[in-house]
Amino acid sequence: MQKSLHIDPGKCTGCLQCEMACSYDNTGTFNPSRSYIKVFTFHDEGRFAPYTCTQCDEAWCMHACPVDAISVDLATGAKIISDDKCVGCKVCTIACPFGTVNYSQATGKVVKCDLCGGDPECAKACPTGAITYIDADWTGYDRMMASAAKSLPSAEATH
Amino acid sequence: MQHIIIGAGPAGVIAAETLRKCDPAASVTIIGDEPEPPYSRMAIPYYLSDNIDEAGSYLRDPSTHYSKYSIELVQERVEKVDSKAKQVTLSDSSTRNYDKLLLATGSRAISPPIPGLDLPQVHSCWTLVDARHIIELAKPGANVVLIGAGFIGCIILEALVKRKIKLTVVETGNRMVPRMLNDKAGGLLKQWCIDKGIDVHTSCSVESVKAADNGEVQVSLSDGSKLPAALVITATGVKPNIEMLEGTDIKLDLGVLVNHSMQTSNSDVYAAGDVAQGIDFSTGNFEVQAIQPTAADHGRIAALNMAGNITEHHGTLNMNILDTLGLVSCSFGLWMGVDGGEQAELYNPGEFQYINLQFDGDCLVGASTIGKTQHIGVLRGLIESRINLGHWKERLLKDPTCIMEAYIASTQELGYS
Repeated sequence: MQKSLHIDPGKCTGCLQCEMACSYDNTGTFNPSRSYIKVFTFHDEGRFAPYTCTQCDEAWCMHACPVDAISVDLATGAKIISDDKCVGCKVCTIACPFGTVNYSQATGKVVKCDLCGGDPECAKACPTGAITYIDADWTGYDRMMASAAKSLPSAEATH
Repeated sequence: MQHIIIGAGPAGVIAAETLRKCDPAASVTIIGDEPEPPYSRMAIPYYLSDNIDEAGSYLRDPSTHYSKYSIELVQERVEKVDSKAKQVTLSDSSTRNYDKLLLATGSRAISPPIPGLDLPQVHSCWTLVDARHIIELAKPGANVVLIGAGFIGCIILEALVKRKIKLTVVETGNRMVPRMLNDKAGGLLKQWCIDKGIDVHTSCSVESVKAADNGEVQVSLSDGSKLPAALVITATGVKPNIEMLEGTDIKLDLGVLVNHSMQTSNSDVYAAGDVAQGIDFSTGNFEVQAIQPTAADHGRIAALNMAGNITEHHGTLNMNILDTLGLVSCSFGLWMGVDGGEQAELYNPGEFQYINLQFDGDCLVGASTIGKTQHIGVLRGLIESRINLGHWKERLLKDPTCIMEAYIASTQELGYS
């Protein structure tokens, strides 16, 4: 069964270990600003929300890419960027309605979560279990994505 | 079932792939008139700057992809569509019959009525052929005049500057990209270009281009300037390729009018991409958008309907992202606002930073930004999901940078709303 990241914001303490682990794995530096997962802070509520790509089925980024640089990793279901093909046009960064594909000034390419090939560093680094990598059916991600995406209207099969 | 697609751009190729997936037994043919394998115009700026070779612009690997999916590619120009006989006539006088036809003929660059634009030193920047001409003439040290500071003009600036040319930009509007950015944002972009050493003339037009003695040309501007140029690039807009449809029963306006199924007024003919005048998400009107994500959506939805999988198109959001010499700007939907709506604005000219959010009631309906590259897609999410922002609207009015927080808090169960 395919796995996906499960995020429980209620357990997040805002320690940013996930951002450190992600940036180190992907860029070789401990630089949260280059992490593909981002912890958003809600000061007024005293809450934190880690947030990254849900590897959605619609794959808005992949369909919008003009040079075939985004593909599905069949092992993990992740939508992955080919640096060799990406020209840095950024169309995918506006096509993704979740805001999880970003342009990297450092590389001139776009970057996004690739689930670390099936062993996500953010989940391993999280000390409180706010980020886990578990069977997709259990994550509730589908529900979360459905609530966010159901009114995205570009196309709905009527039957 | 014989599906014919006219046009080998993104809309045509995505439609062909979708048809193959939905209708494995059908015959699928793409007819395109350009000499190269199907490629992306979006990649041309990166070809001009030597970041990629021509093959880097190809939509798919031409050596394997089309044969693998049994998609026939024909390199001919379609001269005529006979929608009664369900037949197209090609430039070699041969004919092809179809059961379902997709018009994905795209658009082409248009030139303003300025004398001298037919000289060999003048080129548009729309096709790979154009790009080769530009590369040939934009030699280091050459004087180059760019007519038009719209989307295409701005997106090729970096490539031109990298070629070490001396560049003058002439724009009839009072700012850069007037159809995508407002006065403040377009003015920031102009200042950015001036700071990078580009001679920018706004509220100015080109009056004529004349041949000069040295094999170059002289460009006369409405402000009295006379500029020498080895190359003049026209980037003054595009228009849909609909000429081969004149005299048919297919209803035309600015482009080919399509309904919610991407079907034209002839039930066996569909249209997609730059040529299609389809539903705009924000206005509900039928508009020509001519942008890559819309071409991809149109192509897929048209093909689903052609294959009999009835799929309704609910409108595409007009949006653009532009990198002008390293300064990234973007716009979404009704970025100019709506009557009676409110706006949130952050304007920090010293840092070349700008965010403008446009609300209709408690919903975000448009946005434009400069200098922001992180999480900007969420602006699409906020607009297209018509999220009722509630008290997050008040927060955004005070701090328009917190768009991700507003989206997360409005869509996820975080224990508060």
